[in-house]
Amino acid sequence: MGLLSRKVTCNSHGQDSSYFLGWLEYEKNPYDEVKNPRGIIQMGLAENQLSFDLLESWLDKNPDVAGFKRDGQSIFKELALFQDYHGFPAFKKALLDFMAEIRGNKVTFDPNRIVLTAGATSANETLMFCLAEQGDAFLLPTPYYPGFDRDLRWRTGVEIVPIKCTSSNRFKITASALEDAYQRAQRKNLRVKGVLVTNPSNPLGTTMTREELDLLVNFITDKEIHLISDEIYSGTVFSSPAFVSIMEVFKDQNLEKTEIWERVHIVYSLSKDLGLPGFRVGAIYSNDPIVVAAATKMSSFGLVSSQTQYLLSAMLSDKKFTKEYIAKNHKRLRKRRSMLVAGLEKAGIDCLESNAGLFCWVDMRHLLSSDTFEAEMELWKRIVYDVKLNISPGSSCHCTEPGWFRVCFANMSEDTLKLAMQRLKSFVGSITGNDRSHQELKNSRRKFSSKWVFRLSFQSFHDREQDER
Amino acid sequence: MVSMSKIATGNGHGENSPYFEGWKAYETNPFHPIDRPDGVIQMGLAENQLCFEFIKKWLMEHPEASVCTSEGVGRFKETALFQDYHGMPEFRQAVAKFMGKVRGDRVKFDPERIVMSGGATGAHETVAFCLADPGEALLLPTPYYPGFDRDLRWRTGVELVPVICESCNNFQITRNALEAAYEKAGEDGLRVKGLLITNPSNPLGTIMDRDTLKSIVRFVNEKNIHLIGDEIYAATVFKSPEFVSISEVIEEVECDRDLIHIVYSLSKDMGFPGFRVGIIYSYNDAVMNCARKMSSYGLVSSQTQHLIATMLNDHDFVDDFIVESREQLFKRHEYFTWSLSQVGIGSLKGNGGLFIWMDLRKLLKDNTFEGEMDLWRVIINEVKLNVSPGSSFHCHEPGWFRVCFANMDDNTMEVALSRIRAFILKNNESIVPRKLCRRSSLKLSLSRSLSRRIDDFMSPTGIMSPHSPLPQSPLVRART
Repeated sequence: MGLLSRKVTCNSHGQDSSYFLGWLEYEKNPYDEVKNPRGIIQMGLAENQLSFDLLESWLDKNPDVAGFKRDGQSIFKELALFQDYHGFPAFKKALLDFMAEIRGNKVTFDPNRIVLTAGATSANETLMFCLAEQGDAFLLPTPYYPGFDRDLRWRTGVEIVPIKCTSSNRFKITASALEDAYQRAQRKNLRVKGVLVTNPSNPLGTTMTREELDLLVNFITDKEIHLISDEIYSGTVFSSPAFVSIMEVFKDQNLEKTEIWERVHIVYSLSKDLGLPGFRVGAIYSNDPIVVAAATKMSSFGLVSSQTQYLLSAMLSDKKFTKEYIAKNHKRLRKRRSMLVAGLEKAGIDCLESNAGLFCWVDMRHLLSSDTFEAEMELWKRIVYDVKLNISPGSSCHCTEPGWFRVCFANMSEDTLKLAMQRLKSFVGSITGNDRSHQELKNSRRKFSSKWVFRLSFQSFHDREQDER
Repeated sequence: MVSMSKIATGNGHGENSPYFEGWKAYETNPFHPIDRPDGVIQMGLAENQLCFEFIKKWLMEHPEASVCTSEGVGRFKETALFQDYHGMPEFRQAVAKFMGKVRGDRVKFDPERIVMSGGATGAHETVAFCLADPGEALLLPTPYYPGFDRDLRWRTGVELVPVICESCNNFQITRNALEAAYEKAGEDGLRVKGLLITNPSNPLGTIMDRDTLKSIVRFVNEKNIHLIGDEIYAATVFKSPEFVSISEVIEEVECDRDLIHIVYSLSKDMGFPGFRVGIIYSYNDAVMNCARKMSSYGLVSSQTQHLIATMLNDHDFVDDFIVESREQLFKRHEYFTWSLSQVGIGSLKGNGGLFIWMDLRKLLKDNTFEGEMDLWRVIINEVKLNVSPGSSFHCHEPGWFRVCFANMDDNTMEVALSRIRAFILKNNESIVPRKLCRRSSLKLSLSRSLSRRIDDFMSPTGIMSPHSPLPQSPLVRART
């Protein structure tokens, strides 16, 4: 053929990564309590399934909205025709109020600065198109969400340079790591346009400290670059320390009217906080009017369905509902995380202390046959094929140290989570049994690992929308 | 100080064109039958507003089409979680079936090939990303939809090369014009990767005949370039000749199917631009797979997928809708063009789309694009109609205007027509035919099939259309 663009034939879409093997296996053999109790339990999917009853109960009390009505009158036609890329004003207001509420109303948002996009996927790509040229780079702390490799780079031609964070200080961002990343970019002749952080972090499940945020502000001031703060998990902060948004830091430091302020951009979405990934509701909030203007026009390529804007404007305008939802959602997430942590403890497994997100960052370094990524892959495959849990290996998140895994806890029932933990406990018990020598253990692992044929063929992967956030 | 990208700061979005002046005039003074009877009437917006009552009736009878009603809420959770970029199977089946029905079931579409996008806008950009690298080119017959300048070029870096079509043969695409464009691209150092046709045409409102389509298919095969068929107006063909799709022609002519891609949407055929339902249907597996991954940037909301799946899987409704829509468009089109002809205004003979390609060459003071702009400003500022000048569609000849007729109710249409009549009579008596038919003799002069419907025109009913879709929102921005 040879007639297609390079984008078709390259693999910057990222789906050739070994990571997708787990997905493939899950889809061949998905766990079902009744129909397939020995199937693979999905723990690689950062979905929030804990609070649908609250949403459904709201719908039940608001039949007008459900039936495309306002004050008893049909507004179907108006909705069907509404394609204004400025977005439905009532929805923008409701969304911004919700975002402010999540931030304890310590910051206020300006409706003229928000741009609606089809999910955070679209928001992140759009920001790259606005802020960077082909061949420029953004710095990202590791570990990071695997989807960024596609969203930030594929069609934009922008590069990612990792800011290496390590377990020695619980993966916090340090000044030296920032500087080191910047220098590495320079050596590769890449012009650094900014830093992108996810706060709360995926996959760590932690919120950034004020010190880290201050560091970032100093860094972007010094280097005169942009800062994108992907705050998609901001509504999932279920225990202290409280979430501190980058907006708050600027406000507290009286930097709101400065030029640096215009280089700060926030990405948001309702996919995690409200558990509505299917509805494709994303947003860019930027303090730079040029970015807002350009991103607004670009949003034409991925607007939010007017039907969805209308539903959610009504829902999020109901302040009684949002207050109750936020509180209950937090409580349920907190409880669910505790269950996971307790289950892991029983299996002799630790995880990073975390206060947010829909997952834990689990430490399985002690279960590796060697301190290598190959050993991590070996262990991972055993967990997928043998223990029948689909979890996400740290290498897929570009973690610099092998042995860490992201394990999701909010996308299944309590019973399923308990079963997953039992399986894990049995597995760990079987490989760390007291009467087996270390050498025997290593030998048995090698036998296992030779069975697994590692297929990277493009055709063999079942393509799927990125659910692994 | 760090800069932004050239894409962000440049004019590639295309919104600085004078075309948007008309929009501004409309937005500052929009027509409303009661509040602003002297306001500007929007005739630059290719929306299909003629079948909403029909659709609303179906919705009332099918509450399960919404996942938020008590009848539908059982599917709320699974719908809200569904973000698989393959799209819901029932959605793909429904769309594939609908596309087939719109083509008289002469072809079948495979639901597995249906790929979602953020409206046709998203579809076009995605297809351009898949088929061409920055600096490569696509051929486009003129006149063409102004949005293509942005959708195909802005973030992709792809160039557009016009295929010049002229009024002397009713703007049909000729082999010579295609060859000339291809050669010109070569001379300019541009590698042509494909040809994009919009059929039915925007802004012409015409369809391509079978022979033209075959000739086009042969051309792309000979040059080994892609063919993108934008068939977004497929169901708006309201009278013969019947619409012929690329999908039909490739069954009749030898063709490398890896070169063939169709773009579709429900924005025009169903009147749902707000729901952002765009479709890419490519016969090329690599393009299909790549476009599917790229659809992550503009998936159709699952809430909307569910609604559309439920609606379009009701085949009786679909059959009735297609008939009803055609009838409404036919009525509106015939009355509008007839009324214009009464004051000596002609238009390109069309049978599809939501607009007419109006010929105002006789009214130009100068047969130049400046003359066209002058006339256009008069139409906006004095006649108070927002119509679209041909130059914004890259038309090669001045004096043509696209005028939309399906985005307003009957009363507003009457007001627009009376303003046109008044303007012509006041300024250009010479072009008005000697005998001005009066409405009372309307029935006598029209064919029997139309006259049955005349009573509907004569006693306009219908709901007043609001000047903006939602009372508290700003007015809808130009998209077409």
